[in-house]
Amino acid sequence: MNDAKHIQETSKKLATKRLMLEIKDLRKSFGENNVLNGFDLELLEGENLVIMGKSGSGKSVMIKCLVGLMEPDSGSIKIMGKNLLGLNQINLDELRTEIGFLFQGSALYDSMTVRENLEFPLRRHKHKFGDNIDTSKLVTEALKNVGLIDAIDLMPAELSGGMKRRIALARTLILKPKIILYDEPTSGLDPITSKEIIELMRNIQRQYKTSSLIITHDVDCARVVSERIILLVDGINYAEGTFDELKNSKDEKVKAFFK
Amino acid sequence: MFKSKKITLFLIEIGELTYFGRRFFKELFSKPFEFKELLRQCYYIGNKSLLLVGVTGFIIGLVITLQTRPTLEEFGAESWMPSMVSISIVREIGPVIIALTFAGRIASGIGAELGSMRVTEQIDAMEVSGTNPFKYLVVTRVLATTLMLPILVILGDTIALYGSYLIENTKGDVSFQLYFNKVFNSLEFGDIIPAIIKTYFFGFAIGLVGCFKGYNCKKGTVGVGIAANSAVVFSSLLLFVIDFIAVFITDIFFEI
Repeated sequence: MNDAKHIQETSKKLATKRLMLEIKDLRKSFGENNVLNGFDLELLEGENLVIMGKSGSGKSVMIKCLVGLMEPDSGSIKIMGKNLLGLNQINLDELRTEIGFLFQGSALYDSMTVRENLEFPLRRHKHKFGDNIDTSKLVTEALKNVGLIDAIDLMPAELSGGMKRRIALARTLILKPKIILYDEPTSGLDPITSKEIIELMRNIQRQYKTSSLIITHDVDCARVVSERIILLVDGINYAEGTFDELKNSKDEKVKAFFK
Repeated sequence: MFKSKKITLFLIEIGELTYFGRRFFKELFSKPFEFKELLRQCYYIGNKSLLLVGVTGFIIGLVITLQTRPTLEEFGAESWMPSMVSISIVREIGPVIIALTFAGRIASGIGAELGSMRVTEQIDAMEVSGTNPFKYLVVTRVLATTLMLPILVILGDTIALYGSYLIENTKGDVSFQLYFNKVFNSLEFGDIIPAIIKTYFFGFAIGLVGCFKGYNCKKGTVGVGIAANSAVVFSSLLLFVIDFIAVFITDIFFEI
């Protein structure tokens, strides 16, 4: 009786959740090489969705199509109800302020200090916060949230790999996006720093109530962060489910990811 | 076979550069205008080249006067020295040599800077954060080089003439007033105006090529080196082509 009630409540909750991101039949090829062959995805409000796949499976191509850095050959991408491929430059830039993107290599502007890195998107999208925006307060708040307030006046060259990733995350958070896209958030980091970044991602999700799409091949990261996982194999959704469901799968290709 | 492939690649590059230039003009007149970044770039690009241009100009003045003096002395025509040096510096040697030094310093700098920003995904990060990187990085830099080079050339020419005066003063006992009186008597608008106008085109070409090479940089860190190097080679080559066209047009309108 209690179980039935719980299932009913959960499905009610899921049904009321807003669809933040919807990809349908996404295709992209480079010459003869078909990278995406009809990829589909749905990301719900507040959800942590992990995409796993081998290197070269098209994960990065897919995520770049999502923010308009690459144009797909066909398919549709809807972000918060807006059709990304039909937007003009101004509306696309406006929509981009609702999406945070954490790059694999952090991509901090190396000619600017940490403070200037964080102020850069803020100054350019002042209208989002009103005229009385206190940039210094927002920068301090974002840096405190990633635990690096002392690095505020350092240059990116003076930071370690883990610190760079945290600052990049703070820069992503400063515009208070509704969706955050993580491209291999733990790659190139030692196991301890990786754990710290994963923990930080969870805290951010709780605090900012963001929806997250995480691209990774780090099984530990997927286990801790994911609510749902999609396996991207040969450019399609090969398998989908929770971490435990996929881990216990009998399919050889799926098993290979969790060995 | 190998040569024809090289020619094809070169023509493709010319086509891409033209498209890049077209995009520059399209973005130049569309909002938002990046005034703050433009001023920063003007200060940075102008200030960075100031010493180099000054030293180059001074040496040009010294060398031309020292080299020409014996020949003019042979014909007893030393009094023509200020006119000859000023016309050759203002019309041709000043703009071309200063533009070449500027290309070596600025085109390589822009190529390397934008190239490393491209390979480390900083340009992508800018685009994703809702900022048009072409407008912010390319338009401001090309505009800054276009506006700064003519000022630097005027400065360089002045210093070159001062260098020439120093030699004349030491060897021929010519006063400052006499030297510059002779200079201004011999110079006409037909010498100064076309020379200054062509430096705007030089500046534009240097900025555009530097940005084009850096913005489209590929092949990782190796590509950054290639971008910096080819930016200098390509822009220097382009300078001579523009110079030839400019002299050709000046010849039609001002009858040199």
